Amino acid sequence: MRIILTERLKAHIFRSTGATLLAFFLSFPLNVQAADEPTHLPVAYLTKEREAPTALSNLDPVIHDSGIQGARLAIEDNNTTGRFTNQSFTLEEVVVPLEADVVQAFKALAAKGYRHVVARLSAADLVRIQALPEATDLLIYDISTRDDALRGQECSAQVLHLLPSRAMRADALAQYMLKKRWQNWFLVIGPGDNDRLYASALKRAAKRFGMRIGEEKTWTHTFDARRTAQSDVPVFTQGVDYDILVVADEAGLFGEYLAYRTWLPRPVAGTQGLVPTAWHRTHEQWGAVQLQNRFREQAGRWMTEEDYAAWLAVRAIGEAATRTGSVDHSRIKAYLLGDAFAVAGFKGKKLSFRSWNGQLRQPVLLAAARSLVAVAPLEGFLHPKNELDTLGYDEPETKCRLE
Amino acid sequence: MNILTKTVIFLSLALLLNGAPAETIFVTLEKDNALAVVDGESAQLVKTVAIGRRPRGIALSPDYRRLYVAASDDDAIQIIDADSLTVIGTLPSGEDPETFALDPDGERMYVSNEDDNLVTVIDIAEQKALKQIPVGVEPEGIAVSPDRKWVVSASETTNMVHWIDPKTLEVVANTLVDTRPRAATFTSDSKQLWVTAEIAGTMQVLDVDSKQIIKTLTFKIAGVGQEKIQPVGVKVDRVRRWGYVAIGPANRVAVIDAQKLEVEAYLLVGHRVWNLAFSPDQSRLYTTNGVSNDISIIDLKRHKVIKSVAVGRYPWGVAVKP
Repeated sequence: MRIILTERLKAHIFRSTGATLLAFFLSFPLNVQAADEPTHLPVAYLTKEREAPTALSNLDPVIHDSGIQGARLAIEDNNTTGRFTNQSFTLEEVVVPLEADVVQAFKALAAKGYRHVVARLSAADLVRIQALPEATDLLIYDISTRDDALRGQECSAQVLHLLPSRAMRADALAQYMLKKRWQNWFLVIGPGDNDRLYASALKRAAKRFGMRIGEEKTWTHTFDARRTAQSDVPVFTQGVDYDILVVADEAGLFGEYLAYRTWLPRPVAGTQGLVPTAWHRTHEQWGAVQLQNRFREQAGRWMTEEDYAAWLAVRAIGEAATRTGSVDHSRIKAYLLGDAFAVAGFKGKKLSFRSWNGQLRQPVLLAAARSLVAVAPLEGFLHPKNELDTLGYDEPETKCRLE
Repeated sequence: MNILTKTVIFLSLALLLNGAPAETIFVTLEKDNALAVVDGESAQLVKTVAIGRRPRGIALSPDYRRLYVAASDDDAIQIIDADSLTVIGTLPSGEDPETFALDPDGERMYVSNEDDNLVTVIDIAEQKALKQIPVGVEPEGIAVSPDRKWVVSASETTNMVHWIDPKTLEVVANTLVDTRPRAATFTSDSKQLWVTAEIAGTMQVLDVDSKQIIKTLTFKIAGVGQEKIQPVGVKVDRVRRWGYVAIGPANRVAVIDAQKLEVEAYLLVGHRVWNLAFSPDQSRLYTTNGVSNDISIIDLKRHKVIKSVAVGRYPWGVAVKP
């Protein structure tokens, strides 16, 4: 384990110790609460190495630092703000090797006194750490999973989920399908467990928004582009009429081959084609282009969903520290989960956490490869309290029982 | 004939003819890399002039002879001759300039460098950057008080208004404001600062002496969802009788009683209303409507929208020359 500081952060800390900035600090605090010494809030980032997925093509480079780059940018943003509030933020990055145990690493962070842990872990690993006694007094910011179970029956009061769940994504898609009146779906499900979970979310959304799943098939063909594309897809989609092909292929093994090859000319949506997502490179409204630019300057690549989630997690901590004028864990936690909390996420709406399951309520983007098609919730989908809660499990439906 | 005499004669003639002002409205077109020129008298688009890339902020020099335009993707402020509409120079604005403010004498310019968390101070005559002042994340709204005592910069992600002393060019105070502050403007007596918060959906009035928030206004429009309440541009008239707030995707300008600090009315304008500018005599208000690609003209005596003029893609900033 080691502390990795970005070059900019190093420069910042170096400058912080300089006389100029000291004078800067002392000259501020007319209106914003501040102590003489900057108060310090340490944040930990915990991830585990993942096996590189099979590359389908050379178009998209494999990203090895998804998530952490977003956290680094947010730490830098928090420190920019912290200059004015006399607060400083640091990030300890822990990467657990493939064969090692996440639990030990998590315990070590807790023992070192970390109370905010940004976690880029699998659902299985997250369940293991959230149940540890060491987790009781800290907050875990899940920036990677999309499982509804973790936000339902397996939920934990120690975990906040930054990415939209599968149910939220499916609902976003269904709202758009309803608007377009593409109500007869052909559902194609991939071979993975996650594909079945995605398909369940799609089925739930179809029911909620009055869609009809006229055909459902599991993909049993090969994942070979040449063979699949040219012969299997037309045959697979033959003999049935539908409005849109909805695909559940989270690993991206075959979904990209479907478009333009179906028997009937039909659009594709779901995990490929028109995709419901928390963040996308085509998104530039509501100042998003500024975040995209700052991120690209730092990371040298586009921002992934995990980067966005990590940025939001660390920014949420920073926002709570600014508004409460405190780095005290219980005050920050109370503020994050309270009614007053709102973080700006470049999606045109106030983002906040659902009190019933720790899910960040947020708009979901519907993106094609090179064009942002729509942003859900779509106009006309109403909710008595907050229209963002038309996406995913609402309070009366949740299976989460927080202590 | 000097400019003033010319203007007076022109104005009188125009008023004699039909009562409409003979002013010229300049609008930056963010997507067209161009400047739209609208004649106030006829309310017609006169011409469109190619300028720098992604032009956003715009202002006229106090003598109305020059236009300054932030060409964001060219990383410069362009100086444009207000008569010939040719680019006659650039100012070193730092990277990605979006908005800027001129001091009342037109000697200095303060530029928000959104991507670098800086305010660049420019000596206009020397065409030279004097200083870069570190502020919060994504500075946007910027304003100079008419009494020249303060420059304020609002940072969108830090959610603060930073108070800069123009003598020392140092940040000397900060006020935490509502989520995602966008635009800021001083009242003409320099006693109040009005700040819009886009994501919070509010407009806050700050007392300049204490630097405290004295009022938070919220907006409620029948038939318009709260999520569409995203205040951006803000202006207050010279006598502090009325204030105006552009409420973005709500497609409305809120009319605010500037004495009571209460919303008086909502005027329906074009889609995604962004920025506002008064006519020189403050009898009209011009709005840029980013999505409907037009400007709306509001008669301020009657508080009525009287016309909209199509100008080009993504109209952003607006400035009016007599």
